[in-house]
Amino acid sequence: MSGTSSVYHPMLDNLTARLAKIVKQIRGEARLTEANIQDALREVRVALLEADVALPVVKQFIEAVRASALGEEVIGSLTPGQALVGLVHRELARLMGGANVGLDLATQPPAVILMAGLQGSGKTTTAGKLAKLLAADKKKVALVSCDVYRPAAIEQLKAVAAQAGADFVESKSGENPVDIARRALEHAKTRYFDVLIVDTAGRLAIDEEMMREIAELHAVLKPVETLFIVDAMQGQDAVNVARAFDARLPLTGVILTKLDGDARGGVALSVRQVTGKPIKFAGVGEKLGGIEPFHPERMAARILGMGDILGLVEEAHARIDLDEAKRVADKLKRGRGFDLEDFKAQIAQMKKMGGVAALLDKLPAQLAGQISPAQLQDDRQIRRIEGIINSMTPAERADPSMLKASRKRRIAAGAGVPVQAVNQLLNQFEQMQKMMKMMKGGNMARMLRNMKGVLPGLR
Amino acid sequence: MVAALSWAARLKAGLARTREVLNTPVPVLLARRRVDESLYEELEAALLQADCGVAATQAIVSSLRRKKLEDGEALRRALKDALAELLLPLERKLEITGARPFVIMLAGVNGSGKTTSIGKLAHWLQLQGRSVLLAAGDTFRAAAREQLVAWGERNAVPVIAQPSGDPGAVLFDALGAARARGAEVVIADTAGRLPTQLHLMEEIRKVKRVAAKAQAGAPHEVLLVLDANTGQNALAQVKAFDDALGLTGLVLTKLDGTAKGGVVCAIARERPVPLLFVGVGEDIDDLRPFVARDFAEALVG
Repeated sequence: MSGTSSVYHPMLDNLTARLAKIVKQIRGEARLTEANIQDALREVRVALLEADVALPVVKQFIEAVRASALGEEVIGSLTPGQALVGLVHRELARLMGGANVGLDLATQPPAVILMAGLQGSGKTTTAGKLAKLLAADKKKVALVSCDVYRPAAIEQLKAVAAQAGADFVESKSGENPVDIARRALEHAKTRYFDVLIVDTAGRLAIDEEMMREIAELHAVLKPVETLFIVDAMQGQDAVNVARAFDARLPLTGVILTKLDGDARGGVALSVRQVTGKPIKFAGVGEKLGGIEPFHPERMAARILGMGDILGLVEEAHARIDLDEAKRVADKLKRGRGFDLEDFKAQIAQMKKMGGVAALLDKLPAQLAGQISPAQLQDDRQIRRIEGIINSMTPAERADPSMLKASRKRRIAAGAGVPVQAVNQLLNQFEQMQKMMKMMKGGNMARMLRNMKGVLPGLR
Repeated sequence: MVAALSWAARLKAGLARTREVLNTPVPVLLARRRVDESLYEELEAALLQADCGVAATQAIVSSLRRKKLEDGEALRRALKDALAELLLPLERKLEITGARPFVIMLAGVNGSGKTTSIGKLAHWLQLQGRSVLLAAGDTFRAAAREQLVAWGERNAVPVIAQPSGDPGAVLFDALGAARARGAEVVIADTAGRLPTQLHLMEEIRKVKRVAAKAQAGAPHEVLLVLDANTGQNALAQVKAFDDALGLTGLVLTKLDGTAKGGVVCAIARERPVPLLFVGVGEDIDDLRPFVARDFAEALVG
């Protein structure tokens, strides 16, 4: 394990190592018993706590798993450890909600969506993301801010609304939030909006006055969706906050924000357990397109540090230009070599997938742990590679073997990089060439396995 | 000393609410009880639920076990001492010395409370008789600039902002303006960013380099703003931002809610960056210097 890698995924490294240990320890027993799962469950408990699942929820969960694990047969080639980890994963996913649930806007329009949560949980950004999502679904959407407290909160929502292509109902910081809500509702009704999204000020669950205010907003607006916005980085206190909001507001769902960070997101389980409300979406990134359906299995894997391989594969499929991939594959089949022009095209595809940083988050711990942050300059490095290739003549791109010292010097000067960078690129290209041969059959899984050696920054 | 006392009182009031909600009132738990295994377990639960983290909690509890105390009251005092001792290395006062303008740069993840903290910090510095200028370096989030400008107008603090663009350029400008106006302290806001967004981490390193170019020795303080609601990821944040920027201090916000910010215990053990301020309320004067003893006191009652 490298020292620097622990900066980004300290707990991931930790847990994977632990689970691996468990798997080793209890190999070769045919049945899960009190004795052989005791240690494993203790490690799972630690893992859940480190992922910020709230303690009471952890206790409940461990007991439930113990009960359902006892006597379970270990099938086929699995070790009891693997069987238990599988069970833990399944159980986590089940508790977080089975299949994913979208918004339910079936009502007499306008369908009102009320946003609620702590300060800084991401309500305003998420309101914009929902607006964009619904607008793309051909809905006529209006946004309004009832946050009269935080300076420029209203301006922020206005800017976000413009970006999302949604209508914005003006409000002023001198106004009463409930008056704003009434006016916005009237506006949405008379102008036949399909959806009205109401942003509110962040508030503490123990701030009685503010909690009364949002309850009043709810009474006036009669929202069809009342969404609780939760920061994926939130810790143990999440249960208290969620319970308090749930007690005062009839919540209909939860949105988990900032999932593009490296928090393990145990809060998802805590909030789900306390409120019983489905987690409807996950927020990733600050751009308004950054909202995804919530996937319980993936979240379970993330909490356990198993990495979002599924998401990675899906994303690779969606973003990679299949025609382009096919063109390269055809070329290989026709016997012509994979050249630097193709390499450049591949790099461009990688850029589409969001660069290495976006991939990093989805890799399992073993792989992510091998990424050195110092090396990982990601998009910059990709741009640099493009620069170098652009400094070559078409003949050189087709046949890199002709590149000797003086040509390399010229290319380096043209791209504004040291000659070593050109050499490094040629090395990477050679590896990619090897990989492309393996990819001949279009085997994506195999390609992903081998990506390790070729992505800039992976070693 | 008056400020410190009222700070402790406030913090304690906030945390008292927590204890009610959590239903694990530590003082009640410990007082008038004999020390037994279940008491240690409850203690452990209380620390875990304060976000102290598994490693720090186990270390604290086992150090207490070694003392072999018999009554709850003694254990309570020992716990407080252990926490205070752990947190004491984090105690440091912000001192504005030497350089003029003295440059303070704030960083943090999205929604941690950077802009609000800047307002409170500016107010705190003004109370010390310092002239302050703010640099609206969050050029990314919608209306972040307006938020700072609105705050500056309300409190008569000049804010340097640009219509758009580069956070480094804003800071460069602000330093020029501060010299021209003779401002003593410049506080630079930056956009929220997650440590996984490597290009944004690179961007903030550049902002720091620009500050150094505009004025030798700047920034004099690089503070990371942490939300007390954050769980164990706060430690990862400290490590990532420290590696990228070389942090000189932390600001822990939102301690007026039910979260206890116990993750500072984990930070103290693994990456002891000094904690300069804690935010204990929404009012402008609710940013207080961190006092380890008071914090420990508030954490366990």
